[in-house]
Amino acid sequence: MKLLLTGARVIDPSQKMDVAADVLLENGKIAGIAPELVKTINSKYPGKVKAIDLSGMIVVPGLIDMHTHLREPGFEYKETIASGSAAAVAGGFTSVACMPNSSPINDNRSITEFIKRKAAQAALTNIYPIGAISKDSAGSQLTEFWDLKEAGIVALSDDGKPVMDAALMRRALEYAFSLGLPVISHCEDINLFGGGLMNEGYYSTILGLRGVPSIAEEAMVARDILIAEFTKTSVHVAHVSTAGSVRLIREAKKRGLQVTAETAPHYFTLTDESLQSYDTNFKVNPPLRGIDDLTAIKEGLADGTLDAIACDHAPHGRTDKEVEFEYAACGISGLETSLGLSLQLIRDGVLSWPELIAKMSTNPARILNLPKGTLKAGADGDITVIDPQIQWTVDVKAFRSRGKNSPFHGREMQGRAVLTIVGGEIKYDGR
Amino acid sequence: MVENKNVKIVMDKDGIDRCLTRIAYEILEKNKGGENLVLVGIRTGGVYLAQRLQKKISAIEDKDILLGILDITLYRDDISTSSKKPALGKTKIPFDLDDKKVVLVDDVLFTGRTIRAAMDALIDFGRPKMIQLAVLIDRGHRELPIRADFVGKNLPSSLWEAVSVNLMEKNGMDEVIIEGET
Amino acid sequence: MKFEKKDILGIKELTVDEINLILETAESFLEISTREIKKVPTMRGKSVINLFYEASTRTRTSFEIAGKRLSADTINISASTSSVVKGETLIDTARNLEAMNPDVIVIRHSAAGAPHMLAKLLRQSIINAGDGAHEHPTQALLDMMTIKEKKGRIAGLKVAIVGDIMHSRVARSNIYGLSKMGAKVVLAGPATMLPRNIEQMGVVVHTNLEDAIIDADVVMMLRIQLERQNQSIFPSLREYSQHYCLNRTNIQLAKKDVIVMHPGPINRGVEISPDIADDPSCSVILDQVNNGVAVRMALLYLLTGGNE
Repeated sequence: MKLLLTGARVIDPSQKMDVAADVLLENGKIAGIAPELVKTINSKYPGKVKAIDLSGMIVVPGLIDMHTHLREPGFEYKETIASGSAAAVAGGFTSVACMPNSSPINDNRSITEFIKRKAAQAALTNIYPIGAISKDSAGSQLTEFWDLKEAGIVALSDDGKPVMDAALMRRALEYAFSLGLPVISHCEDINLFGGGLMNEGYYSTILGLRGVPSIAEEAMVARDILIAEFTKTSVHVAHVSTAGSVRLIREAKKRGLQVTAETAPHYFTLTDESLQSYDTNFKVNPPLRGIDDLTAIKEGLADGTLDAIACDHAPHGRTDKEVEFEYAACGISGLETSLGLSLQLIRDGVLSWPELIAKMSTNPARILNLPKGTLKAGADGDITVIDPQIQWTVDVKAFRSRGKNSPFHGREMQGRAVLTIVGGEIKYDGR
Repeated sequence: MVENKNVKIVMDKDGIDRCLTRIAYEILEKNKGGENLVLVGIRTGGVYLAQRLQKKISAIEDKDILLGILDITLYRDDISTSSKKPALGKTKIPFDLDDKKVVLVDDVLFTGRTIRAAMDALIDFGRPKMIQLAVLIDRGHRELPIRADFVGKNLPSSLWEAVSVNLMEKNGMDEVIIEGET
Repeated sequence: MKFEKKDILGIKELTVDEINLILETAESFLEISTREIKKVPTMRGKSVINLFYEASTRTRTSFEIAGKRLSADTINISASTSSVVKGETLIDTARNLEAMNPDVIVIRHSAAGAPHMLAKLLRQSIINAGDGAHEHPTQALLDMMTIKEKKGRIAGLKVAIVGDIMHSRVARSNIYGLSKMGAKVVLAGPATMLPRNIEQMGVVVHTNLEDAIIDADVVMMLRIQLERQNQSIFPSLREYSQHYCLNRTNIQLAKKDVIVMHPGPINRGVEISPDIADDPSCSVILDQVNNGVAVRMALLYLLTGGNE
């Protein structure tokens, strides 16, 4: 059976395409894109084409979230690979890369293979495991990068924890680069972090909550840029949250260094002012920053300093969040709100449609070396269909994710994924 | 609203003064002089009346009679159910009540609940030899077995009528009025 | 005026009128503590739970006495925050307490915002008896009452608050309260103990004691938490006390009729010299304690009105 998507606006940043056209999928692959294919195709293959009318919709290469936490193995009460996969396709994501901080940590082949097996069983979204840089992410001994690569990891990270030992980070960048594996750095100087609970500034002062200074992030961004420069390797900076980090990355790129970076929707949507109610759903790491940081993040997205938007999907159970702010877990269950929040950037004039899709599909694919993020003929049939007009209200009770922890509950949104096609098959239909 | 009200002055300035003079003499007569006698005015109307009685009695006896001020708010029996918290006034009883003859002074005696609260309060301050009650107006409708020892005027009234004692010290004029809907 | 608040979570949330009402009510309550029988029947049949997750003698006792003088049943529950990790959560504890139907829950907790969590969840009135480094509203109210009592006013006074501002909930509540009431608030402490952007609260900030207390009407010394010494917040107690201890010499910089306050307990010789702490001509530390009971009585009285 062939699938024909008709009447939509097709945007594919990988081939600078933004046209009104029909898209044909065949054998799980993109077979062709052309205006008004619908007029000829049915007569060519009578009875063998399922046509879907998508007038008013936008067809884009399947969205990729390169920074998620699927929690399995170990924290199945927060999320499983199956529930996370369901959340991903509901949010429009045809691929996600999952961080290694499960329990046990994904620092060896058997965990990677376990994740891949569970992903295949869930059979919804493509799941790309990320391996740990150091054993148990303890920051002292490198994992077996080569073996992990053969098992199927697409990148390395100790996410959730920084690599505090600069010498270890240097070795990691050198070794990973030689294997073609990107290293994703969780930039946070643990001493400057100092057990902080929110951004250090006026609001942490009046709320009496220990602050995390912006320099905790920036000091390590600067360090990793220097290491990448010295070793002539690359580094990807995860969840950029501060103006200083944006500036450092912009300067590094200007000097031609191989530095890439991502930010998350909450960093261009919320500020630390939101914490005044002590609502633990706003507790996230790195913390929500000030308005100047938020503005700088938007500028960084607009001028290309920040390559990708990744939601840092961090599902938690009620018991992790329904406690005193100090003891609450960090994170936002983000897969099902990421696109809706990011579409606001288009309405705010920060990004064009092709720019946004590049940051949510083409660029993550490029950074992770995935054969995705494109609608070129022959590419995998991963497609996200977005209704840009639909009005909806975030309701955590309706989340597919087990994690109902979202500060966006009740928020009015415009635009969402209405159809998610993975490998030519419809995995989510929200029309 | 005002047109619907039927306001009647039942006692004027001179009337009030004559009543207080008579009560002063009655207090002295009943207590056989001013020995160990103290006055305690109940906030707020009773305080001004007690001050006037204090002057009169002190003048008759040619000696200073002690005066205390009592706020009964904290002893009210409706305190936990009333929707608004009454403003709390200061209580000042700067002397020992033990073995004193205490004359409680209030403006209007109605249900008796205020006097019940006042007696409870007084007993927390010490053990008076006796407690007597002086009021300017007794309007009836008692809900507790309480009666006044000294009454300025008995004023039969209906439950829905309002009896107000206006005094120079707080209202700028002396008069007792009764008002009810016509 | 009618008091409408369900909870007392912080001074930040109180209006000037509300603060004035609380202070005036507290002044009326002072007299009860001077009676032979220090008890009124106002809160008979009502119960107050003191839920303390942090060690406290002074504040807990003060609340307990306040409740008892109003004839409320007071129940003290001392809980350890360590049980948060291995046992019942605060929410579970709170729901259990709610089921016992108290009228007021007084909570002290080392985590900022814990009282707010309870207030959102429970129908009972919550009084914050100190939450982390956030607020300690009853302390600020008793401080304001003491200042008003000694100076006759708050507006226009210069109040210096000296010490570890960073970790002090007393400082934050007093900054809010005193500023609202029209005082000029000046802070002093080592740079490491001054939290970021504190000047945005409308205060003047100094890093030495002398600059702050010049012409001060009130000097409020904060307690130094001795364990902070190990956290590199300051080098040593010796160095701290040499530069931030209020003594006979530096107090001369303040107004002649300056009053000295301290929320207690005092580290004698660290933040305040013993002769100043014990000098009745300037130290009002014991008046603070006395006023503390009255302020807490006033809050219990105002919060436990009718429900209509």
